[in-house]
Order: sequence, then structure tokens, then C-alpha cells
Amino acid sequence: MRYETVIGLEVHVELATKSKIFCSCNAKYGAGPNEHVCPACCGMPGMLPVVNKRVVDYGMKAGMMLNCHINRTTTFDKKSYYYPDLPCAYQTTQWFAPVAVNGTVEIETSKGKKSVRIKQIHMEEDAGKLVHDIAEDTTHVDFNRTSVPLIEIVSQPDLSSAEEVEAYLERLKMLLRYAKVAECAMEHGTMRCDVNLSVRPEGSDKLGVRTEMKNMNSIEAIKHAIEYETARHIDAIENGTEVLVQETRRWDDIKGKSFAMRNKETAGDYRYFPDPNVMPVVIDDAWFDSIQASLPELPEEKFARYTEELGLSEYDATQLIKSIALCECFEAAYAVCGNAKDAANWMISEIMSILNKRQMTYDMLSINGTALGELIKLVMDGKVGRANGKKILAAMFEDTTIEPVAYAEANGYVMSNDTGLVEKVVKEVIAAEEKAVADYKGGKEKALMSIFGRCMKELKGNCDPQTLRTILTDTLNKM
Amino acid sequence: MKFYTAKTDAAADRMVVVDDMILTKEMPTAAGSKMLDGYMSLFDAEVVTRLQQAGYAIGGKADVGEFAIDMLGETSYNGTPEADGTLVNASAEILKEGGVTAVVGMDVNGSVRRAAAVNGLVSVKPTYGTVSRYGTIPVACSGETVSVMAKSADECFEVLKAIAGHDDKDGTSLSEEQCAAATAQDAKVCRVAIVKSLTDGVDAQTAEKLAAAKAALSANGVEVCEIEETKLSAARIAWNILMSAELCNNVSRYDGVKYGYRSQNFTNIDELYTNSRTEAFGDLLKTAILFGSDTLSTENYMKVYDKALRMRRVIAEAFDAIFAQYDAVLAPVCAKTAYTTEDVKADRYLSFTENLYTAPASITGLPTVVAGGVQLIGKAFSEGALLAAAKLFEKEGE
Ligand SMILES: [Zn+2]
Repeated sequence: MRYETVIGLEVHVELATKSKIFCSCNAKYGAGPNEHVCPACCGMPGMLPVVNKRVVDYGMKAGMMLNCHINRTTTFDKKSYYYPDLPCAYQTTQWFAPVAVNGTVEIETSKGKKSVRIKQIHMEEDAGKLVHDIAEDTTHVDFNRTSVPLIEIVSQPDLSSAEEVEAYLERLKMLLRYAKVAECAMEHGTMRCDVNLSVRPEGSDKLGVRTEMKNMNSIEAIKHAIEYETARHIDAIENGTEVLVQETRRWDDIKGKSFAMRNKETAGDYRYFPDPNVMPVVIDDAWFDSIQASLPELPEEKFARYTEELGLSEYDATQLIKSIALCECFEAAYAVCGNAKDAANWMISEIMSILNKRQMTYDMLSINGTALGELIKLVMDGKVGRANGKKILAAMFEDTTIEPVAYAEANGYVMSNDTGLVEKVVKEVIAAEEKAVADYKGGKEKALMSIFGRCMKELKGNCDPQTLRTILTDTLNKM
Repeated sequence: MKFYTAKTDAAADRMVVVDDMILTKEMPTAAGSKMLDGYMSLFDAEVVTRLQQAGYAIGGKADVGEFAIDMLGETSYNGTPEADGTLVNASAEILKEGGVTAVVGMDVNGSVRRAAAVNGLVSVKPTYGTVSRYGTIPVACSGETVSVMAKSADECFEVLKAIAGHDDKDGTSLSEEQCAAATAQDAKVCRVAIVKSLTDGVDAQTAEKLAAAKAALSANGVEVCEIEETKLSAARIAWNILMSAELCNNVSRYDGVKYGYRSQNFTNIDELYTNSRTEAFGDLLKTAILFGSDTLSTENYMKVYDKALRMRRVIAEAFDAIFAQYDAVLAPVCAKTAYTTEDVKADRYLSFTENLYTAPASITGLPTVVAGGVQLIGKAFSEGALLAAAKLFEKEGE
């Protein structure tokens, strides 16, 4: 019998707001233990939650990016459970009226295009972290992450393979990064995933027994886990190797296996109820419209514009739309230099390769697009040689405040229009390179390149290659 | 027996004491519970800041029953305050001692109002949202209110004016205009209703106090009518559900991990939780936690908790209907004029039945003023008018 896998995902994404969801503590990742905490996010009594409006902005924006209906009145609820990293022993989340419902995400795989339905997106606070100290045989709690805003994106069980799951996660990442609401870096834990999976005979409309794997934090692990679980379920159905039960399982990436979690860890009744301290958030038309107006152009829309209006090749456009940071840098550079093809070339062959070499993500690009445009213009106008232009770009990676025009002047990268100087240098080099000149005269064309190179070096690169070539060959030929 | 859990040396003409549900930076706050014995807050409650800004010195902290859900403070881990077997209340005793303008405390389940009633003092529980709850120990957040107890309506009003006002740190805080309305005295109480279902079951002395208040009001031209409205007496059960559920959730943070009492007897995290809470919490609180937890279970949520939320609306509508014709409801605060240690020994859950009289205003957040051993419940923002009317019978209780 042939089987199909039915997968639904719950994806947790940390929102990139400056402060936490219910207090004004810094929400940034990476501080020392318990440096970003206050009485509120440490669960001390007496502090009352005040909703960070930015979180609602971002939640709505995420919902709109995923084609969701936005609930105009959205409420917060308490979810109770005991865990040392949860200081109040409840998490404030959205259970009854989440910010966004009923959306879709379009994906494309080797099997074609598919629309994945989104059940809901809800906003909630993150929990802290336990740090186990093996040497001291003790556990410490770090509350920095407590109350950092999250959204949980719940899909319908519309996915059927590891390939589709990967495409879906990549698409989510791209949309949320385009909207600048989240970093979505699984390696930083700013994107985490619960996988709900069941298996059924192909064509059946009845769902099989569902298992859930929690807190998956790499796409490779997710793909691996899906393959493992699918095989385990089929084995159980076909060969009766075990009885499948609805349960939460833990994926062990090292062993390459999933394990049933202790019943105690999963059998909780979360006792959801509306948080009386947080008034319902009412999203009026003005608020809704302002968020809608702030939505970015989608990657496909950019692709169409780049190829149709700006005349870029499909390859170039595909490269640029990989990241909103690349698009923005490109668009700003193009606005200054006026040549889309040139701007795209600089982006793809220079900037993207530098980022790749430095093992930086495209989103980490911090070059100012306007400055890049000025640099491209200097090179286009023949004021700075291309090789020197690359040096200036390398400097701009180190110091984003560099202004290319001033920097070129200050560092002697400006082309010389002084043909007298070029002629003088040519004469000096010819005098010094007797052997190469003799070789050239003797018919070795290659020798010309070394003389040319030495001249360019003496001129510090500040000469239009065509001008140098003309003066050099003229001088040699006259000899 | 101590009425103060902490005391300052402050000597001032204008001295106020806060109860031990209100957090203070300089003095410990224990909420009457062994769980928080010696707990030092990192910040002052908003009401403490406002009192100080208004020129009041904070004289100390008055003891309370554990998380303020009992009758009069008898469940405090400091011991039951009593005199010859009669329950006494720390805040009321401090006021009667003199030298203090008012005691500002949390009215969670009516204990402030009961203390004022059995001691012939005056108290005001203002409209929900007009006084910030920032810095108060959370128990039943949807209805608990910072309240003022004093010897006279005028003193209550003076202190209420100092603490009322909008606070950005409390998401349920009302606008500055609404808070100002609560301390205006332009309206007047002209027509008062006595709801029959709320007066049944009171003892003879309480009935006498009601009659005295009625007579005093009538003598001053206030029309007093008896009406039928049975829904208000259902507030008790609905409030017990909401209060216990919220309490269960709010006190779950006291787990022995971060601060407060920690059991010495544990080998793993589950034992740390269970033993710390078992050893530190008292019986009434434990009962409320278990009851509250049950009302929120998946099985019971719609059957119990959701129904209580609906009851809250029904009761608010019943009050609206009364206030379409009347300015206030005159009602008892408790069934008796005194309670004994025997009473609470015989019925540990007395405060969950005697709150028949206090729950209607707790669940709706309506303002209520206690004077002369009885209470006037009014429409939202009418506490100024209620206090003015209470002056007509505040001496009746003495
Ligand atoms: Zn904080």
C-alpha cells in the first residue's frame, strides 16, 4: 500500500521589537544572564502588564503578510503551567481571539505550487532559559528571554513531505523578514518549530494517529525527523511493530530518533482564561490602514519590476530578491547612479560575494545603498578605476560612515586626466623595463601586459586603462 | 498579637497606614502569608507614592488575613487577631488607637468593608479602575480595589482624593476624567433602594442598623424604597468562582524558586514546588486554590468559569436597572455585628458565604461606602455622592 504523510506546523517566531511585550526591558538576544530583567518579567508581585503596541503592529503585519483575516478586537489570555523558567507560572498568550486567522502561504516544490492554509497567528510571551551547571550540579535560571514577544503561526495539516515543510519554512522566513518583523534564525532560537505528523493510506480522507515533535530548531533536523517519524508510523501500521498513540515526542538529533516524552511533561491542563489585567486591544480603521500601508512589496512583485521595468536579467533579479536588505541597497544605489544593470552587478559580483566570503547572511548587509550608488557613479563616470572602486567598497564594509567621493579624494583614488603625467610614467617604465621592451619588440605580445601593469601600478590605478594603453602602444611603436 | 507588621518612626499630622497587601520599598510585605514572610519589594505601590506626594507619611503596615480573602484577618500567619474570642481587624484597631487619618488597603473579598462595618468605621471602595492597582499583591484582579477606611466620611474622601487618578502602569486604569468624576461631589443621593433578597438572613442588631440608616436618610429627605431583585444574591457564587480562579493563577508564582518561602525538604523540582506551597500556605487559601483550579479545567471552563463571567454581566445589568430609578442601594455588609473565633472554626469557609453582601459590588466594580454598620452601593463614579450621603448616618454605628 502507498501512504501519504500529513503534516501541520506550529512555528514560533520571536518578534524583533526593541522591548518586551509587557514591560520596557530590552528584548535583544545575547546579553549576560539576567541583565534584561525587571520585577515584571521576573514574576514579582505587583507589576501589571501593559501591552507594547509595537508587538500588536508586528503581529498584524505578520498576519497581513500571510493573507490572514485580522481580528479587530484581539484579547490576551493566561495559560498556566509550572516550570522554573516561567516566573509567574503562567504565560500570557492569545487563546480566544488571536490577532490573525484564516490565512494562506504559497509554496513551490519539485511537485509544483501549493497553497498552505494558516489556521491562526497568535501573540504571546516567551519563557526564560534554564542553564544547567554540571560542575556545580545545579541549575540556574536566565530570565532575559522571559516576555520577549513571540508569534505562533499555526498551519492546517496541509503539508505532506519534508521538502514541502522546508519550502514552507523558507517562505515564512522570507515573508517575515521582508516585513521586518522578525529575524527568523533557527540557529539563534528566534524561529522554532513543532511538527504534528500522521500517516494514512494514499487517497484516504481519514487522518491517522498524530504525534507531535516539539521545539525543533534546524531545518535539517526537521527533515530528518519527518522522514524518521513517517517510516516509524508506516512500520507500525504495516508490521504492527508498535501501537501508535497520540503523544508528544522529543527528537534526538544525535541518535537520529524520536522518543516519547514522559506523560507528566505533556498531560497538562493549561487552564486558559482571559487575562483580566489586559484590556481587549481594539484595532480601529486608522491603525489597520497604517499597518497595511507599511507592508513591503512582495519578492514576486520586486522580481517582476526588476525584470520588466529595470531590464535586469531573471538571474540577477532572482539573486537580489533573496533578501530585503539586498533589494533595499540595490534600489537606493540605482536611485543615485541611474544604471540598474551596473548597480545589480556591483550587488551580485561584489557585495554578495563579500558577504558569502565572510559567512554573513544577506540580511546582515549594512552598506548604505545611497553611498554605494555614489561609488558606482564614480566608477561609471571614469573618476575612479574599477579596482580602486572595489578597495573603497571593502573600506565601506568596515566603516559604514564612509562617503565614497571624499574617501576617494583623501586616499588618492581619483583618476588623473593629466596625460603629461601618463606620458612621463610610460617613458620611465620603458626605460626601466629594457628586457620586456625588447621582448615586445621581438614580437612577444604578452610582454606588453607586464609593462602595462607596471605603468598602472606607478599611476596607483588612477588612469583610464584605454588612455594608458593608447599612450603606451603609441610610445612603443614610435621607438 | 500584633496589628502592625511593620512600623515607621514617622511622626506627622497626616499619617496613613497601608495594609500588608500593598507593596512598600522600605518595609516588608507578606500579604498575611508565611509564603512571603519578609518579602521586600523593589518598588512602592502607586498609592504609596501618591499618598506621599499628597503629604501623608506612611506610618506602617497593617496585618491582613492570608491574601485578604477571609472574614477579618483571622487567617494571618501572624495569628488570629481577637479579643476575648471576638475577631478583631488589624486596620480597624490601628484606626481606633488614633493618630492615623486612614488605613488604605485591598478589598479583595470584602474584609475591609466588614472591618469598617463591625467597628462602626467608614470605608469607601471606589469604582474599579479609579485607583491604580500597580504595586498591590494580585489576587482577584478583575474586581479587587484599593479601598480607604477611616473614622469619618470626610477623612475617607480626603484620602481617596489623594490616591485616585489615571496610571499608565495599570492597564485597567480609567481615564483622568473618569477618575476625577469619582472624587466629584456634585451629584446627590435622593432615592435609595433596599433590595429585599440582600437583607434576608441578617441578625436583629444588623437589622436595627439598617433601620437606623434608613430613618436617618428619610429624615433628611432621601426617599427609601424596598424593592425585589433576586439576581444580586447570585453574585456571591459567581464571585467565588472568579475570585478563586484568578487567585489560583496569581498565587501560582509563589513556587519556592525565585523568592519567598522554600521548603528544605525536596529532592527534585516537583517536590520543591509541592512542599514549599504545602508548608507555607494556609487551609483557606489552599481550598480556594483547588476550587479555582477546578473551575478553570478544560472540563469545567464552560460549565463553571464562563457562566460566572456571564453572571457578572447579568448582575451589572440588574444594577443598571435599579440605578435607572435609584441613586444607591442600601444593604447590610455582613449578617452579624460581630464574629467569634468559634464562628470561623465552625465554618472555615465563612468568608465564602458571608460575602453574599459584599460580592455584588466586588464583581461589578461598583463603588460602595460603609458607614453606621451598613453600606450604600452606587453607580460608577458616585463615591463622592455616597460619602456625602453616608455622613447622614455615619454616627449610627457608634
Ligand atoms: Zn522586564
